[in-house]
Amino acid sequence: MAPPISRTIDARGSFCPGPLMELIRAIKESEVGDTIAVWSADKGSKIDIPKWVDKAGHTLVGIETKDGYDEIVVTKAR
Amino acid sequence: MQRVVILGGGVGGTLTANLVARKLKARIAKGEAKVTVVDATGKHAYQPGYMYIAMGNERPEKLVKPEKSLLDANVDLVVDEVRRIDVAGSRVELGSGEVLVYEQLVIATGSRIVPEAIEHFDEEAHHFYTAEASAKLRRALDAFTGGKIVIGIAGIPYKCPPAPLEVAFLVESELRERGLREKTELQFLSPINRAFTIESVSEMATPIFAEKGIDLQLLAGVDSIDAERKVVVTDAMEEYPYDLLICVPPHKGAQVVVDSGLAPKSGWLPTDRHTLQVKKMAASGTKDEEIERYPNIYALGDATDLPLSKAGSTAHFEAPIVAERVAAAVLGRKPSGKHALYTGKVMCFFEVGDGKGTLLSFDYDNPPKPPKPGKLWHLGKMVFNKTYWQTVPKGRV
Repeated sequence: MAPPISRTIDARGSFCPGPLMELIRAIKESEVGDTIAVWSADKGSKIDIPKWVDKAGHTLVGIETKDGYDEIVVTKAR
Repeated sequence: MQRVVILGGGVGGTLTANLVARKLKARIAKGEAKVTVVDATGKHAYQPGYMYIAMGNERPEKLVKPEKSLLDANVDLVVDEVRRIDVAGSRVELGSGEVLVYEQLVIATGSRIVPEAIEHFDEEAHHFYTAEASAKLRRALDAFTGGKIVIGIAGIPYKCPPAPLEVAFLVESELRERGLREKTELQFLSPINRAFTIESVSEMATPIFAEKGIDLQLLAGVDSIDAERKVVVTDAMEEYPYDLLICVPPHKGAQVVVDSGLAPKSGWLPTDRHTLQVKKMAASGTKDEEIERYPNIYALGDATDLPLSKAGSTAHFEAPIVAERVAAAVLGRKPSGKHALYTGKVMCFFEVGDGKGTLLSFDYDNPPKPPKPGKLWHLGKMVFNKTYWQTVPKGRV
């Protein structure tokens, strides 16, 4: 079962690298185990964010394409 | 009386003031309009020159002039801090207690570095965003005899996006000339998934890192510094040891716009991408077209949240639009001509070392297509640096 989302970042008005930078900021402010959803309309986000998540050792819960944007869900793992 | 108040005497504020004063010359002469610039220091710095204190032979005293000397005779200058912008009362409160009432307000309060946001930044990291820091970096480079140099970026956005790449390329050239290249490992930490935010520039710059043997690490934004171990820790929690650390400090907008309820904590003013009017703060997710604009408040230059370079060039190309719109409002007409709306135009030089450079010219719809780096563009930048005082602030280019 997908973990409950503790915070949603609506970065749809933001261009690359805005959504990634907003996620990094949110991860820093969160506790280990928190799950964060990022909404991004920038196509680069679904490539860049998973790469950063992998590098940083967090968990990519999933990516879902919605109406004109992607929802990328990440759990803080460390 | 129509009062135009401009906050900030950098490129954007100075040029806007001069252009508005020209457009309103007759009204000002009749005492029907007034243009006032408020600047905290009364001095205008040519900030792109700072890097050359560290990387070249620029002298700090050549980079500062009295703001008054750059302003049209019809512009008033008030040297004071801005304490608060009272939008409801259409007034600006200054540090001295003086109050300026406005009909049109231009916010050109720029960006500021906040090295204190990272512990040990000041003791450990060098940068090139002030004359003093650049001189300190120059001394560190002079004393450098080999080892590991790490060049990083602590947060986006920051002033002059190409600058850290330019510094990497220029330092590499210098070390080669000094016979130290073999004894030096150079590493560049990019906070994003490519070398530069704009894809076409990234494609141009990435092979240069390879040619110069500079190790380019991606998704490696500087988060903290372990001073004891001399290690940089990235936001992905990776560690990079250094002997000499050069790092872009974190940046924020002016605190006064946050305190006045005009901008979020970051300090970047929500700004309309074409009219440059300040937008009211809206809940996350509100559609842009549904966000109300302040009809008589404009922002330009580093102060905005627009997805453009924080650079004098951006302010330089935005100022004619703000000036046209402000003057039109004062004169009771519609903004017209090629400066009615901003197209996102920015143009700047990009140094690649060995006396070569290229040019980045772009707008919202057209990404830059940088020409092959050559000596001409480097010379262009040198000429621009020398002629800036006579051209840009006075609206001659």
